[in-house]
Amino acid sequence: MKKISLSILALWAGMLTTHAQSPADSSHYVARTLHLDEINFVSGYYHQDGNNSAVTGGIGTEKLTDFANTINIQVSKFNAAGFKHTFQFELGIDHYTSASSDKIDPHTISSASSADTRVYPSLHWTRSNEKTGNAFGVSASLSSEFDYQSRGIGFLLTRLSKDKNRQFDFKAQAFFDTWKVILPIELRPPGQEGGPYENKPRDSYSASFSLSQVINTRLQAMIIAEPSYQHGLLATRYQRNYFTDGSERAENLPDNRYKLPIGVRFSYFLDDHFIVRAFYRYYMDNWGIRAHTAEIEVPVKFTPFLSLSPFYRYNTQQGTRYFKSYGQHNPAETYYTSDYDLSSLHSNFVGANLRLSPPKGVLGYQHFSSLELRYGHYMRSTGLTSNIVTLALKFK
Amino acid sequence: MLHNNSRLRTWLVILACAGFSACTTVKAYQKSKINDSEMELSARRSQQFEQNFQLYREGGSGANGGKSGGGCGCN
Repeated sequence: MKKISLSILALWAGMLTTHAQSPADSSHYVARTLHLDEINFVSGYYHQDGNNSAVTGGIGTEKLTDFANTINIQVSKFNAAGFKHTFQFELGIDHYTSASSDKIDPHTISSASSADTRVYPSLHWTRSNEKTGNAFGVSASLSSEFDYQSRGIGFLLTRLSKDKNRQFDFKAQAFFDTWKVILPIELRPPGQEGGPYENKPRDSYSASFSLSQVINTRLQAMIIAEPSYQHGLLATRYQRNYFTDGSERAENLPDNRYKLPIGVRFSYFLDDHFIVRAFYRYYMDNWGIRAHTAEIEVPVKFTPFLSLSPFYRYNTQQGTRYFKSYGQHNPAETYYTSDYDLSSLHSNFVGANLRLSPPKGVLGYQHFSSLELRYGHYMRSTGLTSNIVTLALKFK
Repeated sequence: MLHNNSRLRTWLVILACAGFSACTTVKAYQKSKINDSEMELSARRSQQFEQNFQLYREGGSGANGGKSGGGCGCN
């Protein structure tokens, strides 16, 4: 693993050093006041159904709906030295209902856990040199729902080669989370059925290295590696596990997890009407999960401002060594889960993306610069199916 | 595991060499096709929610522009 990371780092370092950047000549820039660049709204509705809920030990309904919305506002200004400062504020609000979460306490007709709202604001600042394309920035984020709080910080760096055909991006992120430990009702200590609940930490650290390259006038590619490490409570403690001796326990998983996904992307301009976008990812972690994901999307451009992009995504994974289905766990095991998300599976995801960006604005409104409507249908080999519809609007 | 790592490394080196050695210098005025809005290498903004649910419903995550850490992921 170490050798792979070192090989990738050496490759990127070599490429970067051959394209050292010259100092910015900002003499022709003038200071400006804060300018509104764009506003983005994204709204999505997700619905799933299946019969392998981890809350009830790998059997039972997985019915879930999620209505998610984000607004992103981007403003910028140039300083006296000619550097562009970009500020992005994003606010997200999700509301979900989960039939399986409702089974944490099945004695109630509809408990508090059957629905929840998550609010997640974030702030990003980037300083960039418009002439060279080089940039760096920082970000901060929060996320809050009934049983889970998350605080995140991030750093990003972008370097472009002199001819602007090669770009290196580095991103580092850290999340410091707190999770309320809610056990299934029958596993709670006597007298504490209604709480109070203990809080446990979960910390996540990730780094992202990506290198994109213009290969010729029609083709560009990107390679990306994103190692991450998680520590703390990684098991979902309200998920039940049933053992061969008939006993029941709350899910238990190691408190460390290392992940290494490596991906490549290609975009190929076939002709004025067809573009091919492809993505492949290999994923491995120390829980024994190995996954291959491939995706292809073919935007069909009816006009330069109207396109329809059918897509297909295939994923196959070897599950974690800690997974067993309902009633199959050995009582001597230290770690166990019946969460089918971590089992061996394959999935198919198909759909289409409609994009509209007329030069005079959508519906003739000049500031309404683009509209995207996306639909996808997901089929998993475990029997879970889902549908998602997303609407993305951009105003400039 | 060691065998898999070795194979992966070989593929990465082949991919990088094949891809980047075939590069030609493309001038700014030759980038009309590369700069087409559908040619972007990053994931679409309209993909952000589906990347989240894929992260929840599958063991693998990351390297696709989506979230790779933080937040519950337990729904």
